[in-house]
Amino acid sequence: MDILIILIPLAIGLALFFVGLFIWAASKGQYDDLETPAQRILYEENHSGHKKYQGDHRHE
Amino acid sequence: MSSPVEQDQLESFSYDDKLIKMFIYATLFWGLVAMSIGVLIAFQLADWRLNFGLEWLTFGRMRPIHTNAAIFAFVGNAIFAGVYHSTQRLCKARLFNDLLGRIHFWGWQIIIVLGALSLAMGKTMGKEYAELEWPLAIAIAVVWVIFAVNFFGTLWRRREKHLYVALWFYIATIVTIAVLHIVNNISIPVSLMKSYPIYAGVQDALVQWWYGHNAVAFFLTTPFLGLMYYYVPKAAKRPIYSYRLSIIHFWSLVFIYIWAGPHHLLYTSLPEWVQTLGMVFSIALWAPSWGGMINGLLTIRGAWNRLRTEPTLKFMALAITFYGMATFEGPLLSIKSVNALAHYTDWIVGHVHSGTIGWNYMLIAGILFYMIPKLWKTELYSYKLAGWQFWLATLGILLYIVSMWVAGVTQGLMWRAMDESGRLMYPDFVETVIRIVPMYYVRGVGGTLVLISFVIMLWNFYKTIKLAPKEQKPEVFKAAPLKASVPSHGESTHRKLEGLPMIFSILTTIAILVGSIVEIVPSLMAQNFVEKDARVGPYTPLELAGRDIYVREGCYLCHSQQVRPMIAEKLRYGDPSTAAESIYNRPFQWGSKRTGPDLARVGGKYPDMWHYRHMWDPREVVAQSIMPSYEWLFRKEIDFGILPKKLKVMKSLGVPYSDEDIATSKESAKAQAKKIADRLKQSGVEGKIKDKEIMALIAYLQRLGTDIKKEKIEVEND
Repeated sequence: MDILIILIPLAIGLALFFVGLFIWAASKGQYDDLETPAQRILYEENHSGHKKYQGDHRHE
Repeated sequence: MSSPVEQDQLESFSYDDKLIKMFIYATLFWGLVAMSIGVLIAFQLADWRLNFGLEWLTFGRMRPIHTNAAIFAFVGNAIFAGVYHSTQRLCKARLFNDLLGRIHFWGWQIIIVLGALSLAMGKTMGKEYAELEWPLAIAIAVVWVIFAVNFFGTLWRRREKHLYVALWFYIATIVTIAVLHIVNNISIPVSLMKSYPIYAGVQDALVQWWYGHNAVAFFLTTPFLGLMYYYVPKAAKRPIYSYRLSIIHFWSLVFIYIWAGPHHLLYTSLPEWVQTLGMVFSIALWAPSWGGMINGLLTIRGAWNRLRTEPTLKFMALAITFYGMATFEGPLLSIKSVNALAHYTDWIVGHVHSGTIGWNYMLIAGILFYMIPKLWKTELYSYKLAGWQFWLATLGILLYIVSMWVAGVTQGLMWRAMDESGRLMYPDFVETVIRIVPMYYVRGVGGTLVLISFVIMLWNFYKTIKLAPKEQKPEVFKAAPLKASVPSHGESTHRKLEGLPMIFSILTTIAILVGSIVEIVPSLMAQNFVEKDARVGPYTPLELAGRDIYVREGCYLCHSQQVRPMIAEKLRYGDPSTAAESIYNRPFQWGSKRTGPDLARVGGKYPDMWHYRHMWDPREVVAQSIMPSYEWLFRKEIDFGILPKKLKVMKSLGVPYSDEDIATSKESAKAQAKKIADRLKQSGVEGKIKDKEIMALIAYLQRLGTDIKKEKIEVEND
């Protein structure tokens, strides 16, 4: 089962990479606001840069 | 919201939607191809005559074409269409590079076509969903890197600082698929379209299913969860039910999935602790998967009425429901005791298709119903047709799943059924086959309904696009670049890190990793193994030739080669397979399915003549067999010339062939073949057969499982 010498470090390496990615994201403020992003994608840009809300105006 | 921005700071941009349209056309085309082949092979199992005696049309050649077309051609193109469409809009930026996009598109289509042709010709690695030989595997890696550059480049250029959750799913997909594909496909070429994996036996099995299950995870699941998180809110006009949940289940999914691979190898000769690890993580996977399902479905909360009128929502809700079902069934099947019944049966096939048809096809349909009217700036041609498609597809999937449940459980129970005196109740394998053939017909009907539903969708989109306005000017949008909308305190350094240099350093790291792996692994393989069994020797040159024919014809798709440590299996097949027995097997051929019996210990069980007649026409020796006939094995001659090269490559990977073995390989193979031919002649076979491929195959089959029956170590010199 020598392949585990490769696979386990590789899996851990991949995991560490994702941990690093997560820490980077959290420190860059990606998760500071978890309310707005869900709404934001419902806005569509107009040609002049004005946003137009494409969602339901009913809120939770 | 970001602080108000001056009008003159706004940048104008438009999206590259032409590329997305190209990917949409490709998705629709390959979907038709993949499903048509699926229906063909489904009925080939029901009625063997549909193999038509044609070498390239047999089930063994067509099944990999179906799986590759469904996964890489159909699902693949859909992923690219959806990812490119949603990423540009989530980033408020045009795709990084138009030309790269087109190279990506054409590169991928060319690979698909060459792949299909090569598979029809029998050029295969013999590893599921990684069949394409080394030149194409390299091409896939290159195109994938182009995709990665284009994707990450777009992220780099984004005008929206926050990376929406869908983008996280895409990132995980791109990074992980690259690693999986490269690691599992490392092989040493023998010729342009033939190579051997650097891994063997148990190790190959583990790498293959680490790859195989993560192909499900990071090709069939994560990109689609990402697409779900974009298209469901857009179509429902509702925000995601819980954005927090989406972040949590994303990260947990990504961490847990990698470890689930061994659930494909339960009760095999894979070390038990690895099996348990796989089982435990597979069960844990249920939670983050259902996190996705809950989030997706509850996003439609408050908009359920739109299910009646919006095809997009109809199909997406259905898709998410099947996703929930499949991700419950999966962990269930990963429990060892359940797996003991289900492994190698059609239940697994049913599970696969509840996911691929129920989740992937249905979600792709949902996305296309959203994208196509929007991209072509028109109304959908017919909501009624969409309704027909919906119900036909649903019925088709249900017929598929239920027939496979019935077939799977029936087979599983019949295989293990023993009477009071401890004997098998169904000692003839074919008895268990006959019983489920009716279910193969039902499954074929189910698949046909799915295919018809797809054709309906094609017609609907054809008419939609045809009626679209001819004038299709790209829309121009305006948005502020990140620099303008964010207060500057050291941000620019971070931006640089996120930029091109980082992309290239990652790519360089990957390249280095690959290089190191290729360097390190063969030498590791050559040394110690978990258990060594001195009785186990390498294949003779003729047997190796026969093994490669076995791989070429896809025998492993219907026949397993791994006896499990269960009483009923011991009675039916013999002693459980050990890890030591497959140490020289490249690729491993343990198989995932028993449409026919396990062959791990078939060596010596039947005389040569039995195999001769069986391959010519299986019904000569097993009257109710559903196996196709292989007459071309009696026509085509063994390629003796390539044997020295094959042995040389094997030797470089650690198989103990001597230089003499290599030098005399052609003669040794010819001599062994002649011996078999002479024996057959005595049984009444006429004609010149000693150089035909059937000799090699017989030699290989007669070797299987015999090593551990040896009293002492013999030097193979035949």
